[in-house]
Amino acid sequence: MDIFLLEAILNGILLGGVLALLALGLNLIFGVVDVVWIAYAELVMCGMYAIYWLYAFYGWPFLLACAVTILFVAALGLLVHLLIIEPVLGSAPINQLLATGGLLFFLQSFATLLFGTDFRNLGLRLPLIEISDISISFARLLAFAVALLGAGTLYLFLTRSFLGTAIRAIAQDRDIMGLMGVSQRRIYFTTSAIGGGLAGLASCLLVLQYDVHPFLGNSFGPITFMICVLGGLGNMIGGFIAAFVMSQIISIGGFYFSIEFSYVLAFLLFIVMMFVRPQGIFGR
Amino acid sequence: MKSTRLVAAMAVVILALLPFGVSEYVLHIAIQILIWGYIYTAWSMMGRFGLTSFGHGAFLGLGAYIPALLWNFAGITPWLGIPASMAAAVLLAVVIGYPCFRLRVVGHYFALVTLALSQVVLLTLIAARDVTGGSLGRTLNAVGHSWTALQFPERGYFYFFALVIWLAGLAVWRWIDGGLDRVALEAISEDEIAAASVGIDVMREKLRITMVSAALTALGGALLTQYIQYVNPETVAGVAVSLQIVFAAIAGGMHVLLGPTVGALFTIVLNEALRIVFGIHFIGAANTIYGILLILFIIFMPRGIVGLLEEVFARAFRRSREALGAPATGA
Repeated sequence: MDIFLLEAILNGILLGGVLALLALGLNLIFGVVDVVWIAYAELVMCGMYAIYWLYAFYGWPFLLACAVTILFVAALGLLVHLLIIEPVLGSAPINQLLATGGLLFFLQSFATLLFGTDFRNLGLRLPLIEISDISISFARLLAFAVALLGAGTLYLFLTRSFLGTAIRAIAQDRDIMGLMGVSQRRIYFTTSAIGGGLAGLASCLLVLQYDVHPFLGNSFGPITFMICVLGGLGNMIGGFIAAFVMSQIISIGGFYFSIEFSYVLAFLLFIVMMFVRPQGIFGR
Repeated sequence: MKSTRLVAAMAVVILALLPFGVSEYVLHIAIQILIWGYIYTAWSMMGRFGLTSFGHGAFLGLGAYIPALLWNFAGITPWLGIPASMAAAVLLAVVIGYPCFRLRVVGHYFALVTLALSQVVLLTLIAARDVTGGSLGRTLNAVGHSWTALQFPERGYFYFFALVIWLAGLAVWRWIDGGLDRVALEAISEDEIAAASVGIDVMREKLRITMVSAALTALGGALLTQYIQYVNPETVAGVAVSLQIVFAAIAGGMHVLLGPTVGALFTIVLNEALRIVFGIHFIGAANTIYGILLILFIIFMPRGIVGLLEEVFARAFRRSREALGAPATGA
């Protein structure tokens, strides 16, 4: 097999890890609160700026900056739910989509206002790992490992803890759970905070690979929804697998054609899948 | 009814006389408002029937690029290029609309499919950089004042084009409103299955309105390109512009004839005002406030500015009728 193709496939798997983490957060929120956060990737952008300032500007240790960022983005997630989602919970789904779309505008332009349109990076370059002619970026490998770890922890939390069980129960039947004494509001808050925290974790991993700028979300946002929908909105395992399918298409497509064209392929696949299996590949 | 017509005629006359009394800058803003108002109107034609498209950037992109590329590379006049781009937009609308409506992809699934469509067009335009110029965009081959090339150094010409096309857009809206299609589409947006069960051809109705909306949007994109003589993928295609269309139309009020235009007026004037207030040092300030307003609009007045005004007037009217002792009509 062509060594470069192999490298593309490997990189695709590594990219899939981060996309899976993003899709997981979005899917969790969708599955539980039943709202699609169009601005989810913008939360990641906020997190990346937070790390940039804490680490590169104020000189905090990287891990501490990451921990604070995860808490910060989790708080943002909570705030988004409280200020934007809660008032529109009762309205048409399309209005909910639009309200978070307004948030997308707000976050992108607010970041432009605060930080300008410069591309910023940490100035932290992790080494490349070379295994017999194949070079893999260590940052990607780390991102992949942490993303899997994060996904695994979330899975354990959702299946083994009381709160996790309550979250899954709400996703299945929100009316009955109210009668069972579970506060829907509290669960929504918890879920939004966890979703935000996952975005925070993703931003810690992405900041090692990409420069941060206000419109970064545009390159990750659309593909993240496509992944969620492809896996079946709310279906976390489906989303997880779909992330790897999409990242392979992007990576291999980018190898044979160009990177834009590979995204075109990914979006076309999404459109076709919506027609063939609108409930997602793994939907019931 | 007669008085409304009189007011409308007077407004058109005033609008037609506008370019003779204002500065170049005001004229530029007015042209922008008319062109975008027209594009938002075109979007609302389907948006108001529950077909919330997040993909009008795709149609706008075709309209902006096809005539420009035909002119630059083959010397084909926009008089042919523009109809060609509208035809292409209709074709794309059918290709995406037919399976969507056939397989009943509705609500936010429809929004996401159209969102993907606008990304496909954006990325294709960027990827085909040998022809389109990629992210850098392309400038039209300039020939000075020319009717064949539809290029005019004087803004006045474009003001009249924009005015005529905007009025035509409103006329199409009125024409749809007057026909049975509107009733059918309203029924469909309320309940698709019920509509189908009383004999409405749901698919045909939806497809037709989508084709109309796509063609008109493409025309708007072409007009925009002829005016600024430059095309750039980010400004005419993709998610950003698609969302901009959705928001402005909603802010103005997509259910009312002049709503989308008011949306364009509101967003463009707000943008300019904030730009003047904050200067160039605060790029993003305008959009920040814009974003907050959008969220507030969606939460507190989902019917938009014109929708709210209508409600207020209707209430005031009812109250004055009651005060006069006449029986209140309507709800």
